[in-house]
Amino acid sequence: MLKIIHPGVYSTIQDFGRYGYRSYGVPLSGAMDQYSSQFANLILGNDKNDAVLEMTMTGITAEFLAPTIIAVTGGLSPLLINDEPASYHHPLKICEGDRISFKKDRPKGCRAYLALKGGFDSEVKLESRSMFTPVTNAFKIDKGDILGYKPWSNEKININSKLKYNEELFQGDNLAVFPGPEFHLLNDTQRHMLQHKVFKVSSLNDRMAYQIKPRLKNCLQSILSAPVMPGTVQLTPDGNLVILMRDAQTTGGYPRIFQLTEESINKLAQKTVNHKVRFKIVFST
Amino acid sequence: MNTNFSLKYFKFGTHAISIQWPEEISEVTLCDILQFKNKIETSYPNAAIECVQGFSELVIYYHLDTIDLKDEIEFLKIQYDKRSPNNMRDKAQLWEIPVCYDLEYGKDLEAFSKAKQLPIEEVIRLHTETTYTIYFTGFLPGFLYLGGLPPQLFKDRKQTPNLNISKGSVGIGGKQTGIYPQQSPGGWHIIGKTPVSFFNSQHHPPSVFKSGDRLRFKAVDKASYLELETTRSRRPQLIKYQE
Repeated sequence: MLKIIHPGVYSTIQDFGRYGYRSYGVPLSGAMDQYSSQFANLILGNDKNDAVLEMTMTGITAEFLAPTIIAVTGGLSPLLINDEPASYHHPLKICEGDRISFKKDRPKGCRAYLALKGGFDSEVKLESRSMFTPVTNAFKIDKGDILGYKPWSNEKININSKLKYNEELFQGDNLAVFPGPEFHLLNDTQRHMLQHKVFKVSSLNDRMAYQIKPRLKNCLQSILSAPVMPGTVQLTPDGNLVILMRDAQTTGGYPRIFQLTEESINKLAQKTVNHKVRFKIVFST
Repeated sequence: MNTNFSLKYFKFGTHAISIQWPEEISEVTLCDILQFKNKIETSYPNAAIECVQGFSELVIYYHLDTIDLKDEIEFLKIQYDKRSPNNMRDKAQLWEIPVCYDLEYGKDLEAFSKAKQLPIEEVIRLHTETTYTIYFTGFLPGFLYLGGLPPQLFKDRKQTPNLNISKGSVGIGGKQTGIYPQQSPGGWHIIGKTPVSFFNSQHHPPSVFKSGDRLRFKAVDKASYLELETTRSRRPQLIKYQE
């Protein structure tokens, strides 16, 4: 069990996502940066759907009440185990009573993941542990929470410790996008602007959506409500660009001009306010 | 006989295909979407895909790691011609939703009635005398997109949305009416409230309403509302099977 001493700014339990319920209006959810969360599971030999802890902007302080092996991935400030520096992206052996915390430095990215052997055993609702109210009771981790997991005291530290975390996936401002279903409605000026302008992440960025600025001059009208998914870029009537993220609603009424690649969703999930982004269109064959 | 629409197939990212009907809200389109969706769902192994509807669109999400969308589009085109012409009404159900139009719950009802120059009783009569069609669920877990609002009740959404609309609120926005299944911000004019619960993640499935079902609102007074709220009747009432 993991006892939360300080929950950080915003920490949640996430897995691969809540598949199969979108027709009931239930968002997909799941870890924002699936590359990092799955890398953490992979290091530990976990299933890709095993639940991890997602931390946003600041890490947790917590005490392990049982032995396990952990992996921390993604990009927050330096990791500490019992106040000693420890490595991201490597399996770490944990004894009962060990304490995890993060240095009070500027975070490198926006999110980090804590995975442990076998995953967290939090509540399962609609076949997923990903926190999202009103599907799950809790919407975030709080101080004093005790998160369950199966103790693991096998001496052997395994197996996948030679895997290399690919930092390059997160470098640069470019987001690779496919044209969305309403891309063809944009005029030439808008298309040109969208591909050459440097945008910045606005302060409105969360698990549901990232807004970017500046606004675009828009002449497109709303559409009949139609399906959207994580990575869909909507253009609102007042010209706001909204990039939907993992907790996005399942349908929406704004023109869907782009669709981010999975890699670009992960990359954007590590960006925060004022970080630059640029759209690069890739055409599918 | 089936009308064959001229459908557009669009590769939506790397793992989804959007099938597009001519852009309109119509029961003929809905019926065709449901027939096609039925065929698609039985053509793939369980859990390999997920279908999500819009008013004039169906998106197929593929849960496989690698997929050739070009091949899938060809496959889907063949399935469209093989869809069965069953009437979607065969399995459709009619639901009755009790609504209290008391001004305490219908916070915008008075302003709405003034703006539309309709007496409050007339707003309620029009709202309850209509049988609505459930097009699909989206926006929030358990939020139903309903068609059939009488044109006399059309009213643009508020310029500034309310930050806190309580669960069960019944509203009108543009050409639509709907029920907020949970507390949420929203720009609709709130005319009443229902004690019925529209989404419960403990239930399987979490919502009983299906695309193509019908729904009616029934006016109840405040005493009945309060009683329903405290009793088992938070589950929606099925009135009858439609023929």
